[in-house]
Amino acid sequence: MISVCFYFQVHQPMRLDQRYTFFDMGRKHHYRDDRANAEILRKVAHKCYLPANRLMLDLIREFQGDFRISYSITGVALEQFQEFCPEVLDTFRALADTGCVEFIAETYYHSLSFLFSREEFKRQVRKHHDVMTELFGRAPTAFRNTELIYNNELAKEVERMGYKTILTEGADQVLGWRTPNFVYQPAGCEKIKALLKNYRLSDDVAFRFSDRNWAEWPLTTEKYARWVHDVAGSGEVINLFMDYETIGEHQWADTGIFDFFRSLPRAILAHRDFQFRTPTETTANLDPVAQLDVPHFTSWADLERDVTAWLGNPMQDQAAELAYALEDAVQGCGDDEMEATWREMLTSDHFYYMCTKWFSDGDVHKYFNPYETPHQAFIVYMNALNDFALELKTKTHQ
Amino acid sequence: MRVFMFGWEFPPFISGGLGTACLGLTKGLAQHNVDVTFVLPRMESNEEGRHLTLLGANQIHAKVGIQDIRELRERVKMLEVLSPLRPYITDTEYQSIVQKELLSSEAVLSMDEQDFSGGYGSNLMAEIVRYSLICAHLAHKEDFDVIHAHDWMTAPAGMEAKRVSGKPLVMHAHALEFDRSGEHVNQQIYDIERAGFEAADRIIAVSHFTKDTIVKRYAIDPAKITVVHNAVSKERRLGQLRVEKPFREKLVLFLGRITFQKGPDYFVEAAAKVIKKQPNVRFAMAGSGDMFNRMVERMAELRIADKFHFLGFVRGTDVERIYAMSDLYVMPSVSEPFGITPLEAMVYNVPAIVSKQSGVAEMLDGAVKIDFWDVDRLADEILDLLDNKERADQIVQQGLETLKRTKWEIAAEHVLNVYRELAGGWR
Repeated sequence: MISVCFYFQVHQPMRLDQRYTFFDMGRKHHYRDDRANAEILRKVAHKCYLPANRLMLDLIREFQGDFRISYSITGVALEQFQEFCPEVLDTFRALADTGCVEFIAETYYHSLSFLFSREEFKRQVRKHHDVMTELFGRAPTAFRNTELIYNNELAKEVERMGYKTILTEGADQVLGWRTPNFVYQPAGCEKIKALLKNYRLSDDVAFRFSDRNWAEWPLTTEKYARWVHDVAGSGEVINLFMDYETIGEHQWADTGIFDFFRSLPRAILAHRDFQFRTPTETTANLDPVAQLDVPHFTSWADLERDVTAWLGNPMQDQAAELAYALEDAVQGCGDDEMEATWREMLTSDHFYYMCTKWFSDGDVHKYFNPYETPHQAFIVYMNALNDFALELKTKTHQ
Repeated sequence: MRVFMFGWEFPPFISGGLGTACLGLTKGLAQHNVDVTFVLPRMESNEEGRHLTLLGANQIHAKVGIQDIRELRERVKMLEVLSPLRPYITDTEYQSIVQKELLSSEAVLSMDEQDFSGGYGSNLMAEIVRYSLICAHLAHKEDFDVIHAHDWMTAPAGMEAKRVSGKPLVMHAHALEFDRSGEHVNQQIYDIERAGFEAADRIIAVSHFTKDTIVKRYAIDPAKITVVHNAVSKERRLGQLRVEKPFREKLVLFLGRITFQKGPDYFVEAAAKVIKKQPNVRFAMAGSGDMFNRMVERMAELRIADKFHFLGFVRGTDVERIYAMSDLYVMPSVSEPFGITPLEAMVYNVPAIVSKQSGVAEMLDGAVKIDFWDVDRLADEILDLLDNKERADQIVQQGLETLKRTKWEIAAEHVLNVYRELAGGWR
């Protein structure tokens, strides 16, 4: 049997208030743009989370256990659901109750903490783990790092933390001629197994679905199921990893994305060798075929599939260095609110907005960037962070 | 004395110091009972102008014919090629723009009142032509003793007004193409500036620094040039109290357009050197411009983002607030015909370091003067002034003395003397 393994990423950052200027420093310590965050969250909830959850719930009921999927929901997204649209949380709980949905662990703040502080990384993973366990009644056993950022060290750390499965990108620079359609064993690990994203089949849906310049447009369920079925004989698992917002937000409803997903399970299951499995179910029944050696960081972002979307230009590096430099002081101040504010500033999106890689010709970065320029993003971030550092100093000196 | 004055900016619509200087000068002239009619390219309704008559070329319904435009371009050769102004383009790009956008006389003709942006957009040359024709039309009707034109944008208007009226022309040089662009001047702008200076009966330069440039670079007889320093408005709206800073460190300020001319890169480099020696200092850069992004990245590269703050373009009371919060002002201009900001800083008791390559350095005997490129010395002086209160106070005191002497009323008197000499028998 070949497992089709769906994992959807659910994330919304806490956006900073772009009107926060130098003159606000010392006077105002509220950096979030509450209105924008509420508006965007409600908009995406109605375009994507609510209708997509309803669709998934219907499919799970219809296929009586044969349609199975997984999610990773960031802590920052969860908090915003709670605050702005609690209905979304209820529907995720209903999905959890079906027993056909797995929830995956990650850093609560969707951060790059693994690259800067092992301790902070572990704290954020534990926090997310606890919240997931409490919300959905089951402790996560699979792990995915922010934006599928991955290397050997990460796998080792995550194995030590007790996870059985780790998700990552099936990047060309790692796989070479090998296929992502098998289970691999991370180098230096003995127990944890890696599932690698089949980026061609994943991105056919996530990025190309509505692209009219794409030779394969329009993408029908039949055609897509045929591509999936073609793997028969040359693989054991097909990992379809994508942002959940693909359904209804990145690909709007009028592109036919909902209809595509509605008819997909039946089309895939039409081939008797195919089944749907969640990540932990998949690795439980499959042995690794080979070792996966990833000394350098990979991710699922951009063509490079590395960390240059978040780090590498001087603004990104400087901002991240200064933010993480506050770790000890934040830990020492014993103020929960300060800790939470600091961690929100560690969310990777802030650094993504400062990316200059495609600044000149505009690109997918622009679509996700609320700032006019990466430089503007950097300035707003630094104004907030500098004020936070001053505030922290006053609090710790008291 | 009646003066017909041409200027491209007037508050509140300004992009730099030109508009502010025009306002100050005309107020000063009003104190000497000079009647000023000031023609702007575009006028809205809220310009500050109770002391003079303001006209907007966009509101004048002059009949401009194709023949007028053709004749003007015949007379003023530089206007023959009406290329759109656009810096930093390659030859091929230029060719394609010229193909598509080269302004014909017909295009100028088809402009209507709405087409006056009054700014410095890509349509600037066409606006200048139309403005000149309207000014000539007005000069034909109005009665006055002297024509006074500010900077190159209004030089063709001044020359045309002189032609139709036979009245003397004063060209006022606030900034030159050499200040803005270094050695890479826009030839067309340079040619217009030079034609204006040659046609003028007298030139007023805002500094000896500017006068020297006019003599050297434009081959103008120095005897024709009178230096009149600008003044500064001493109104302080925030009172004498210092605005509270959110941090204890001393603050060093740069305020101005973030462009080549203003030397922002030397400020950023010096800041990094200062912070290395004395971490308890912060820096602020206020303004916007084509070097903004580069400065932000350079600052981040120097890893001083916890001490260096970008404010963007500040306006209104925020300008006063940032002056009041500052402990030291730095103007590292590469080429600054005048440079009023150090004087503004002094109004807030903030000492200043100015580049030797500025007009204002001539007025400030006490200020610290450095070569704009001497980043090491700049860093040393910043460190010393922040540490040496006595020296800083002394500089402020001397600056305030200078301020007392610089009034627009006095500057206007020098200008009035120029008018008197030109208008001959007038008393």
